Amino acid sequence: MIAFLEAILIMVVLAVVLGAVLGFAAIKYKVDDDPLVDKIDEILPQTQCGQCGYPGCKPYATALAAGEAEINLCVPGGEDGVRKLADLLGKDFVPMSAEVQVEKPKSYAVIDENLCIGCTLCLQACPVDAIVGSAKHLHTVLVKECTGCELCVAPCPVNCISMKPVPENLTSWKWHYPVIPLKVKKQA
Amino acid sequence: MMTSPFVAQPMPLNRLMYRVIGALLPGMAVATWAFGIGVLVQVALAVAVALATEAWCLNLRRYPVRPYLADGSAVLTACLLALSIPPLAPWWLVVLGTFIAVGFVKHLFGGLGQNPFNPAMIGFAALIVSFPAQMSRWAAPLALAPADLDAVAQIGLIFTGHLSSGAGFDAVASATPLDAIRTGLLQRIPLADILGTPKFGALGGAAQQWIALGYLLGGLFLWQQRVIQWRLPVVFLGSVFLTATLFYWANPAHYASPLLHLFAGGTMLGAFFIVTDPVTSPTTPLGQIIFAGLAGVLAYLIRVLGNFPDGVAFSVIIMNIVVPFLDQYTQPAVFGRKKGGRA
Amino acid sequence: MNSRTIFPFHGGVHPPEFKDLSSGAPIAAAPLPSKLVVPLLQSVGNCARPLVQVGERVLKGQKIGAPDGALSVAVHAPTSGIVTAIGPAMLAHPSGLSEPAITIEPDGEDRWIDRQPLDWRNVEPRIVREHLRDMGIVGLGGAIFPSHLKIVEKGKVKTLIVNGAECEPYITCDDRLMRERAEGILAGAAIVRELLGAQQILVGIEDNKPEAVAIMREAIRASGLPADVGVVPTLYPSGAAKQLIKLLTNIEVPSGVRSTDLGVQCFNVGTLYTIWRAIEFGEPAISRVVTLTGNVERPGNYEALIGTPLNELLQLAGVRPQATGYVYGGPMMGFELANLDIGLSKAGNCIIVRDAVHFPPRPLEMPCIRCGKCADACPIELQPMDFYWFTRSKRYDKLEQWQLFDCIECGACAYVCPSHIRLVDYFRYAKSEIWADERQMKAADHARQRHEFRQFREEREKREKAERLAARAAPKAVEANSEAAPVDAADAERAARIKAAMERAAAKNAALNVESAPLVEPPAAPTEPALDEEKAARIRAAMQKREEEKARLAAMSPEERAALDAEKAARIAAAKEKAAAKKAAQEQDKAE
Repeated sequence: MIAFLEAILIMVVLAVVLGAVLGFAAIKYKVDDDPLVDKIDEILPQTQCGQCGYPGCKPYATALAAGEAEINLCVPGGEDGVRKLADLLGKDFVPMSAEVQVEKPKSYAVIDENLCIGCTLCLQACPVDAIVGSAKHLHTVLVKECTGCELCVAPCPVNCISMKPVPENLTSWKWHYPVIPLKVKKQA
Repeated sequence: MMTSPFVAQPMPLNRLMYRVIGALLPGMAVATWAFGIGVLVQVALAVAVALATEAWCLNLRRYPVRPYLADGSAVLTACLLALSIPPLAPWWLVVLGTFIAVGFVKHLFGGLGQNPFNPAMIGFAALIVSFPAQMSRWAAPLALAPADLDAVAQIGLIFTGHLSSGAGFDAVASATPLDAIRTGLLQRIPLADILGTPKFGALGGAAQQWIALGYLLGGLFLWQQRVIQWRLPVVFLGSVFLTATLFYWANPAHYASPLLHLFAGGTMLGAFFIVTDPVTSPTTPLGQIIFAGLAGVLAYLIRVLGNFPDGVAFSVIIMNIVVPFLDQYTQPAVFGRKKGGRA
Repeated sequence: MNSRTIFPFHGGVHPPEFKDLSSGAPIAAAPLPSKLVVPLLQSVGNCARPLVQVGERVLKGQKIGAPDGALSVAVHAPTSGIVTAIGPAMLAHPSGLSEPAITIEPDGEDRWIDRQPLDWRNVEPRIVREHLRDMGIVGLGGAIFPSHLKIVEKGKVKTLIVNGAECEPYITCDDRLMRERAEGILAGAAIVRELLGAQQILVGIEDNKPEAVAIMREAIRASGLPADVGVVPTLYPSGAAKQLIKLLTNIEVPSGVRSTDLGVQCFNVGTLYTIWRAIEFGEPAISRVVTLTGNVERPGNYEALIGTPLNELLQLAGVRPQATGYVYGGPMMGFELANLDIGLSKAGNCIIVRDAVHFPPRPLEMPCIRCGKCADACPIELQPMDFYWFTRSKRYDKLEQWQLFDCIECGACAYVCPSHIRLVDYFRYAKSEIWADERQMKAADHARQRHEFRQFREEREKREKAERLAARAAPKAVEANSEAAPVDAADAERAARIKAAMERAAAKNAALNVESAPLVEPPAAPTEPALDEEKAARIRAAMQKREEEKARLAAMSPEERAALDAEKAARIAAAKEKAAAKKAAQEQDKAE
């Protein structure tokens, strides 16, 4: 009986001591991290297109941090983005739903000058101020600033905005992943 | 389109493997001379099962069978395993062991280059843990055999478990030299007496010392051919030797001489063929030294302090676990970023 | 043969050399081709800006492209003739992409401009650097780095290394250059040495070029320069700048550090020769020596003009049948050309015509067994097999930690791999993925900033409007009948301010658009570049008109206003219909 009580006492003392050490370490050596919302926002591609259903990337990041949103809603981020979010949030990877069009080539908007009536609706829609122009004057898209979010296409009353894919140039050209042809014996 | 480099002159993978198998041949030949044709039967069985298992697994994984079978890695695993088990062990023992080695340890983990453990050693460990009785069914060398064991008798023994005379295996069973030392010491027989029995020669076990020499020759051939580097075998043998020396100095009556430990059991085979397996050993120089050193120490400790007569297999397996860790933390300095380098 | 101590580097491989295919004959001058496609991108960095128009006559050596930015050099016409086209042309680059190029049709006269040597001893170093930039001098060893940026301020560099190692198999252009034009090379080295204030010159030559060693030694003795030839053992890649520096001086230059910070600078023999011609004779860089070798009838070295179409160049050497491809550069670091309709660039030191015997197809790639032979061969002492595993598992953070960007892509690791793994392909893929990720992050950060500013701007406007409304609430009670006008005036004022701000932004961005890559198709014409008086007056008139219209509207009765609205709606509907009809017509045109 005494041995039993001794054993219990030793375990309790050990637990208290170790718990105190851990608690002390947790408080004294606490790492000051970026808040989770900022970390998520770093991963999101900042096109502010709203295709996730939230009015911008920061609101989506906030919703993700609060656990209110699914991680596979961001279209411009693509599968890569979903994987990075899954890694960061410790969730399982969820593939994007089939209706959502994934892996669109990066595009930029082009305004057809002949049709533009200068209504400024697209100007007000652009989340990064990539369209310049004034009322009753020609509008134009600053290609360097355009993120391809397509928010300007819908408001245009004369439907003069189209999306063109960004042409590949020497800086953006990438080497391909080496593909080794294996003779696959049986197809599934 | 082709990409650079447009020329290449490697020693191809299969030639590398066949060289290693070739280096095993001297040891294998001596073992056959010492223990009889049983050795070759085990090797043949193992090779056949290994190739069959590999072909079946590759098929399941939808890989092209011919190039992967031809690379010789399965044959090598089979030979190593077959040379580690008793020559007169029942046929199903080596079949099971090879199947585990090639099927489980190699292909379940992803095939060539992906296994975290040495397949032959895991096969050996699985066998010795699961079938300790059959795995200790070592026969005495032919020169010392109590009964007459010709080739036919050996094959009969392997496949049926009985001698033609109707006697069982016990008629010819005999412990390995290391096993004899261990059991003898447990029975409090003085070491000198144990070593005096005809089972022991000048360097180690009477037959085993020659087999070990065969492996040593094969290992030197591999080193000369630049298939293996000096670090792993030298450090492994060195650490076995050093640890044995320490224990020997402490108590020469109880611990055998370091030279015996070098030439008995699987030390030579382990040093040149098992520890040097590229897939499961570290890639960095410092990592290799640590790996081989600790493996040597562990092998000796398991031998003298543990339950098994030979610890090489287990020590290598334990060190295999640590290899990724060693690789990560012993990365050598890169050109231009060395401390104290002239920069 | 060797009197200097050599400090060997780790690793290296010894591929078969095949240099005697092309090293026997002296450099032959290539005849004028039928056209010259001179790329405007001739160095790392920015494309040059064209200075000529289509149809213009140019003289040999005339500047036809101006440097654009700090990392850029000028481009010159290689011969006299007429500019027939300015537009995208395929580059000699593994991507097969096109960049702007100027096509010149030679008139056969090969007339030079008026060439002026530079009195480099008596001008500021800055002038010499600008002269080199304006002469289009870039590194001719293959890296095409602008040479004027390599001539740093005096005193930093103690040792000037002349790179005559030429370690890649098949290439012999530097070998022949040293054998035939040693004095010119040393003259260039002397100029560079004085500019750098270096104390000694070390010429690194591999021991498979004994004639070049002897000739250079003799030339050094004759010139009296404080120079010495260091004969290095033939081992690939001893001609890589970092490896040569280590061999001759035992200084290890890490990646990311400039070798000048450690007191050495390395120049290729071809570059030094071109520098000499540029400074002493005022000749811009318009030609280079190319080794044409492999499966050809007459392998050898040819001095060809930049922009020579490669198919015409190879006709000089006579391509044999059974050619299976064309390699631009050496067999270890070169790349395959998709087609030969490309102009020779300054990086083109060699073209190898492949055949199936010497360049057999790749055997099947087997898995990596971690044998470590690649790490043994790596001259930078990296762990290529770890790069391979990390690339396959896309661990880009680990790749950077393991110093992937130190890799010089020499190919020694892939040369020795028993499993025939295309190691360098994995590394190049990983590098371009990591760079693409970085670019994306930067673009995302930039977009985030603009978005946040936009939100801030909207908030600010709301606040200002609220303040104004509040401020107007008091005087509004007093001036009851003229309330329309002040509101409109305030609104108009705000509208004017916004317009002015937008126009300023448009002006700034239009200016930016002109500076960068004007020849990559502009998607829409930028708005008027300047807010000129005429436009300002027009805007003011328009605003005035709007105000008057608003006043009229206010004075109208509801029925009149409704009628006016209806009329306006009808006009807009008509315009929309017209636009829609036009678009439909356009689409029909497109479909046909």
